[in-house]
Amino acid sequence: MSQVVSATTTAPAGAATRRDIGVKRRYAAERRFRAYGIAAISFGLLFLFVLLNSVVSKGYTAFQQTMITVPIEFSEKVIDPTGKRAENPNILVMANYPVLARDAVAKVLGVDVKNRAAARQVSELLSDSIRVQLRDIVQANPSVIGNTVNVTLLAHGNVDSAFKGQIDLSVAESNRKISDQQLTWINTLADSGALSKHFNTGIFINGASSRPEAAGVGVALIGSAYMMLIVLVLSLPIGVAASIYLEEFAPKNRFTDLIEVNINNLAAVPSIVYGLLGLAVFINFGGFPRSASIVGGLVLTLMTLPTIIIATRAALKAVPPSIRAAALGLGASKMQTVFHHVLPLAMPGILTGTIIGLAHALGETAPLLLIGMVAFVADYPTTPMDPATALPVQIYMWANEAERAFVERTSGAIMILLMFLLVMNVGAILLRRRFERRW
Amino acid sequence: MNMMSEAAVEKALEQKMTEANYKMMGKDVSVYYGEKRALFDVNLNVRENTVTALIGPSGCGKSTFLRTLNRMNDTIDGCRVTGKITLDSTDIYDPSIDVVELRARVGMVFQKPNPFPKSIYENVSYGPRIHGLAKNKADLDVIVEQSLQKAGLWNEVKDRLLESGTGLSGGQQQRLCIARAIAVSPEVILMDEPCSALDPIATAKIEELIHELRTNFTIVIVTHSMQQAARVSQRTAMFHLGLLVEENDTDKMFTNPDDQRTQDYIMGRFG
Repeated sequence: MSQVVSATTTAPAGAATRRDIGVKRRYAAERRFRAYGIAAISFGLLFLFVLLNSVVSKGYTAFQQTMITVPIEFSEKVIDPTGKRAENPNILVMANYPVLARDAVAKVLGVDVKNRAAARQVSELLSDSIRVQLRDIVQANPSVIGNTVNVTLLAHGNVDSAFKGQIDLSVAESNRKISDQQLTWINTLADSGALSKHFNTGIFINGASSRPEAAGVGVALIGSAYMMLIVLVLSLPIGVAASIYLEEFAPKNRFTDLIEVNINNLAAVPSIVYGLLGLAVFINFGGFPRSASIVGGLVLTLMTLPTIIIATRAALKAVPPSIRAAALGLGASKMQTVFHHVLPLAMPGILTGTIIGLAHALGETAPLLLIGMVAFVADYPTTPMDPATALPVQIYMWANEAERAFVERTSGAIMILLMFLLVMNVGAILLRRRFERRW
Repeated sequence: MNMMSEAAVEKALEQKMTEANYKMMGKDVSVYYGEKRALFDVNLNVRENTVTALIGPSGCGKSTFLRTLNRMNDTIDGCRVTGKITLDSTDIYDPSIDVVELRARVGMVFQKPNPFPKSIYENVSYGPRIHGLAKNKADLDVIVEQSLQKAGLWNEVKDRLLESGTGLSGGQQQRLCIARAIAVSPEVILMDEPCSALDPIATAKIEELIHELRTNFTIVIVTHSMQQAARVSQRTAMFHLGLLVEENDTDKMFTNPDDQRTQDYIMGRFG
């Protein structure tokens, strides 16, 4: 007893010469570590900022399109000089519509269309796609023939670039895509209000086009949407079912270990290999059409499955065993335990894995190149069996184009891709919120 | 030799006479976890409407034995049970016995309160629902109310049945788990250190509850607390190193045990 007392009384005496236990050193280490962390995050943020800044500063102009609004006289002399359109509807299809537009613009500018050189320069102000635009107007309403109607026409890509100030005017006129005369006209038209920038709906809805002003990601958006749908519908149930079996039901033996190793390896296989696989299996062997979003979806499903399986297994493993024990102890069968209790608790993790997999698949280009989705597709795909492109492939194709107007469209398409991704992620986060539960 | 066989015969006779009173009987029960043997030929019977306490130092196999009674050991990889365990004279390890049905008859309450992260109502109604014990919602409501009442939790939660079960205090959660277990009307309830994660007040409530539950259920409880074993049980079994050291009336066990090791353990000399 006395020993105990003496032991306690000596303790405060020792406090005077307290041992150095390195508190200062430990705090210094902690501060250092925090500084490293902050530095790492700042570095990341800096690059994110640089990336977004470069994309947005180059691309925001893509969402504006220069248009020219002029009163067009739908002259019967030009459209139907022989007056036989009642018998032969082809006349309305074949008519020389660009001349109508050229004459209208020339009239506004006060240019004599008899001067062929000047007339050519005037028609170069307008996009070639106006032929289709005017034809559609006339075909929808043949009674406009003989009347004058105000029509907003798509300006040529070069006019668009020049009006946005993207063409270097210090270059000699002969080396420029746009002449001094045309620049004067552009300014005249802009001053009179005939030429102005409009919101560019075309970039969202148009298909592929070699004319930048008429090109859009409409087909690519639909193709990407089809593929995401296919990937989601196939890879989520298959991946979750496989994970549940492996994690909850499969016996733990060499064979299942082998499967696990293989799944982990598959997640690291370069995506282009999946493209080769898709080409060999789905197109050559399965007979699916090339360039179709169904094949793209199937290939991306194969690529996404390992990601989803790994994430789902991790989520299932993270469910506390006490929940399983509780359900089993009540007499729930294994299946009931998994589907009533384990799976709902694992749902947030599964959704996270799925969204990572989908986001990965959305931005994947390489395998799509091999299955022919890098193609010029101008018409909307009505089913997943129709030819389509995908957003990243469209970006890749536009990046290869020479025209100045495609540069901003490339960045614009990147922004659309990022928006698509953002919408998907927000959807997943909202879903996850619904499922999130504490335990 | 003669003496021993006589004793064996006597023991057999006694067993036969009282078999009707035994709800569950374990005969030569051994459990192996892979190569490791955790229980050595345990012979332990559980009497009906009695609280049987299993005591012993950590790792002595008392929880393992408890878990053999409703085959929760099945879920552990590499766990093997030999010997014979009967519930109402049926071998529960017989291939014809369905483990789901067995666990509906032999319920379990765990060491750490583990309510489902769902509403209180769903926690209690889950068992009856999967076993089809209620024909309609009204029946289910009755079962939920009765179970919560038997678990002494009704008055505390009746106004918030739809709130999450995980939002209750630890003691309430454990009583919710007991309510959940008794909602499926089991015959036996196994409790694996049900109070070890609770404060003394919550512990007292649960012990009181165990007392009341004894009239309707057969209870087997594993506990590390000698006082708790003395308070709640009528029979006590002492395990040590995978062996059943002694099984006796609780009163006798704590006053005049037959085995020296029991005496030492109860006096706190080891364990």
